[in-house]
Amino acid sequence: MKKKLGSLLLVGTLVMSLLFTGCNKGGGNTPAQGGNTPSGSGTIKVGVVNNPPSESGYREANVKDMEAVFSAENGYELKTFYSLKNDEQLQAAQGFITEGVDYLLVSAAETTGWDEVLKNAQEAGVKVYLFDRMIDVDESLYEAAVVSDMSAEGDLAVQWLLSQNLDEYNVIHIQGAMGSDAQIGRTGALDAQFASGKMKKVVQQTATWDEAEAKKIVESVINSGEKFNVIYAENDGMAKGAVAALDEHGITHGVDGDVIVMGFDCNKWALRELLAGNWNYDGQCSPFQAQVISDLIQGKTTATAKKIINEEKGFDAKTLTQEDIDTYGLGE
Amino acid sequence: MKDKLKNIFKGGLGQLTIPIIAILVLIIFNLFRDPSFFRITVELNNDGNRVLAGNLISIINAASELAILAMGMTLVTAASGGQDISVGAMAAIAGSAFVKILKYGGNINGFVVFAAFLVAVIVAMIFGAFNGTLVSVFKIQPMIATLILFTCGRSIAYWINGGATPTVDSGIVKAIGGFIPGCPIPTPVIIVIAVAIIFKLVFHFTSLELFTQSVGINGSAARLNGINATWIKLLSFIILGACVAVAGTIGVSRLGLINHETLLLDVEMDAILAVAIGGNSLGGGKFKLAGSILGAYVIHILTITLYAMKVPSTDVKAYKAIVIIILVVIGSPVIKKWFAKTVARIRNKKSQVPVKGAQ
Repeated sequence: MKKKLGSLLLVGTLVMSLLFTGCNKGGGNTPAQGGNTPSGSGTIKVGVVNNPPSESGYREANVKDMEAVFSAENGYELKTFYSLKNDEQLQAAQGFITEGVDYLLVSAAETTGWDEVLKNAQEAGVKVYLFDRMIDVDESLYEAAVVSDMSAEGDLAVQWLLSQNLDEYNVIHIQGAMGSDAQIGRTGALDAQFASGKMKKVVQQTATWDEAEAKKIVESVINSGEKFNVIYAENDGMAKGAVAALDEHGITHGVDGDVIVMGFDCNKWALRELLAGNWNYDGQCSPFQAQVISDLIQGKTTATAKKIINEEKGFDAKTLTQEDIDTYGLGE
Repeated sequence: MKDKLKNIFKGGLGQLTIPIIAILVLIIFNLFRDPSFFRITVELNNDGNRVLAGNLISIINAASELAILAMGMTLVTAASGGQDISVGAMAAIAGSAFVKILKYGGNINGFVVFAAFLVAVIVAMIFGAFNGTLVSVFKIQPMIATLILFTCGRSIAYWINGGATPTVDSGIVKAIGGFIPGCPIPTPVIIVIAVAIIFKLVFHFTSLELFTQSVGINGSAARLNGINATWIKLLSFIILGACVAVAGTIGVSRLGLINHETLLLDVEMDAILAVAIGGNSLGGGKFKLAGSILGAYVIHILTITLYAMKVPSTDVKAYKAIVIIILVVIGSPVIKKWFAKTVARIRNKKSQVPVKGAQ
């Protein structure tokens, strides 16, 4: 019986490993199929290794942006590979190098394990750009890294808030999932203000990106009768939850309202709230790195440093236009 | 009636003792901490309705989804002796289906909302039936069987939404998740009462309660007595599916937004906890819906109390855990037995005293 089980297990693992290698091959083939399209001599071959668009609204916009900028009309031949798994990404990157792309663009799933592949790229004369995320490798292995600076994004929002010149700042601070990059960056700038005494912390709680939780937090403040005039929610969903609580208790908000509402991410629906004057500010960690990289590739700009901080955006309800929503809004 | 009262005094509140004591303790704690915690006011909201407001209202309002899920979960627990851990993911699917249909209709009127809700119910019942089939027909442990949907449910919701977080702006949807114009009581609370009444009626007019309990206590014995155990288990999962759809619809309607990643996040654990706090055996068998509903409110009184105390974000879960450990340990059979023994001993001593005095 035991023997039988053992052999069964063995066969099972064999079949599984066969299946998985098959999968990996399948994954590797996808970019190769892209390479079959005939290309003129003038086109620049670009291989993009990214996380899948299903990861988030951010990634969806990021992928769309890449596809739009590195298009055939702009003189590029684009090959893409999307995965959340580092090993699959590494394999795909190696595949791109073997196929002989001119440029390799990487947003890695994990920061480690990329040395070997990037060295191979260097030897093969493939130039590497990192976007969105840094990788733990020697700087000499890549041309430049175009990344977001989450704390700059928080700073931008807080600077905007300070520029409103309120008599006093009583802030309800609704945080994202504790420890995430976005939460740390967006919290940091505000914490500095609390520490300096310029702003008063009414409450600082995490709603772990959960809209309903955000509503409960704001509700408990309203019920306690404490004064507040700013809601700083670290993403759009939580800002919406907070506003729902305000609406139920008859508190006005937005432009000309009693409470300033701030969100992050710049979803299209959130920007429409801004345009309608229901919210005041929406900040964005920009997913649009493609144009910066394209300019570098085509020599329109030159990188002054290895690490290029992508310009972050923040929108004020008073100056926002429909055009901004169409260009910068995420989702539908 | 008199007998009933006598029974309560004699045997305590039975399995409802723990949740009722928990609620009383939390209320007394809050009374000492800050009596204004219980203030209820009538406010004019931004839609121009006069509505009730205050922490108590927040609690019973916010606990609505959990209370509904806890009712369904109790039934599944009783029949199958296991729990469905996919309710949160299933709610995301149901909510997504609800929004999808609303978006399809273009002009949102009462009929479209009703149709969308109906679709959500059907979708959730199908997924419930899927879970139920795995458990009842293929005899897979409930937690393993529902692990499948727990893992992939939110991905399915993602596909339905096309990766976005769609929003709906409609007065009717707002009324479902908030207040019906002219009614000061939050609609979700009314829905909870309605669901509870439906359960009560079903238990009154059918033998579902009895059959479920007998299947949970001893499946083979129930089968030998002519009860279709497979069907009863499957039915409990389908009923839970319907509850999930109602909870998902409320969750979506509160904000007019479906975020498949966060809608009713981690609610499955809270629902199981509510069933446990309610004094129901997680091993199946006898059950009391009222216990689970009270359990749901206990969890939310705790949450709102912690928010009102402004416990730092990073500590909330730890405090919650401490209270829950105490509740569960008090409700454990060992402590109950010890308590019963001690009470009996004290009683014996008391009854012996007058005898001695008479001598």
